[in-house]
Amino acid sequence: MLFLDAPSVLSVSQVSRYLKELLETDEILQDVWVRGEVSGYRMYPSGHCYFTLKDAEAQLPCVFFKNARMRSAAPELRDGMAIAANGRISLYERDGKLQLYVEDVELIGEGALFLRFEQLKARLAAEGLFDASRKRPLPASPSVIGIVTSPQAAALRDMLRVLRTRYPLASVILSPALVQGAEAPAAIAEALDLLNEHGEAEVVILGRGGGSIEELWAFNDEVVARAIARSRIPVISGVGHETDFTIADFVADQRASTPTAAASAAVPDIAEWRAHVVELQQELTEFMDAFLSDQREQLERTRRDLLRLNPQYQLERLQQRLDDTSALLQARIQYILSLHHERLRGIALRLHSLSPLLTIARGYAVVRRDADQTIVTSMQQVQTGDQLTIQVTDGHIHAIVRR
Amino acid sequence: MEALSFEEAFAQLEAAVAALQDGQMPLERALHYYEEGMKLAQHCSDLLEKAELRVQQLRIDDDGTPVLEPFE
Repeated sequence: MLFLDAPSVLSVSQVSRYLKELLETDEILQDVWVRGEVSGYRMYPSGHCYFTLKDAEAQLPCVFFKNARMRSAAPELRDGMAIAANGRISLYERDGKLQLYVEDVELIGEGALFLRFEQLKARLAAEGLFDASRKRPLPASPSVIGIVTSPQAAALRDMLRVLRTRYPLASVILSPALVQGAEAPAAIAEALDLLNEHGEAEVVILGRGGGSIEELWAFNDEVVARAIARSRIPVISGVGHETDFTIADFVADQRASTPTAAASAAVPDIAEWRAHVVELQQELTEFMDAFLSDQREQLERTRRDLLRLNPQYQLERLQQRLDDTSALLQARIQYILSLHHERLRGIALRLHSLSPLLTIARGYAVVRRDADQTIVTSMQQVQTGDQLTIQVTDGHIHAIVRR
Repeated sequence: MEALSFEEAFAQLEAAVAALQDGQMPLERALHYYEEGMKLAQHCSDLLEKAELRVQQLRIDDDGTPVLEPFE
């Protein structure tokens, strides 16, 4: 309290101004080249760019104003780029922040992180860890889904929301892990191993929401890559945004662009199943109908067959055959009879034409000697007193020879 | 049937449909498949309607074995 009024006590503004002055009068700091890696790069609508230059031990906030950008021939910046930035270092008093006011930028090759990334990627690729033949098919409808992520993360809520909507039939086993920071790679690997040890999950989603390249860096760690490779359970990676590719993506059995996309890829959509069930139900009814109509048709056919074989029909048919045959017989006999009749008539006619009766009718008579019934045709045959019978057309006359 | 999971019921439903496609089976069996199939379809629909995502968390027990506990 005593020194409040002492002249040696400075206000924040005073000390800030003093610092600023010190910095801005330093020759080195007023025109300096700083080498580092771009991180947290943001461009505002104003056209001003902000980023951090960093190396393994330290970081320096940078601002690259629109005018300075326009003046320079600086390349388009992105995170992970290794650059050398030229400018002056000063204090941004409002935030008490020391920053580099960039005037120019030069690339100095690939950023160290990316270099490591490329080296690890090449090494693992050479080992065959990314081979298509290693990729295992995902189960079509997993009943247990493992998730490796941070329990607090928004990514987890997003994934659970997708799973709840698309496929609530499943159950989820969360294997919690830190997903950023130095501990993250080991934690992720351990969480994945734990799911394998537990053994119930049929597919694992390795997820983390979007972030800076450093925040996603754990998924570029060899420890994580190895854990994915040795997982007996197929792994879907869903790390960051669409544009982020991590080593984990290459090793995973399937890469999804985001945690949400990974959750979608892990399960079928219940809506499709619903439709499928209805479809099957219809098919079932259709087949049953077809089956029944087929059976009905067969029954009808058999019924007709049976009818054809009915003994009543047999009997009637036999009866008809009998009728037909007896009619034929009748006709035959009629014919034969008529034939005989004809012949008889013929003979009768001939007989008739030869009949002596005809002669008698013409006035001739037949004379028989009673004694021996011989027909008298000559005088020599009779003597007086012989009794004769004279046959005429309508009877017999008995006579006695007188001389 | 109540105990069947959706996947099991669905697989059986598909099998029933496939079986019915074979028109040569006895009527009684066909009817059996049909009735079973319709019940399975209903069961599947019910499961889909009632389904609720279950979420559990894995942690390592004192003796080093992974155990499940409720999440949230």
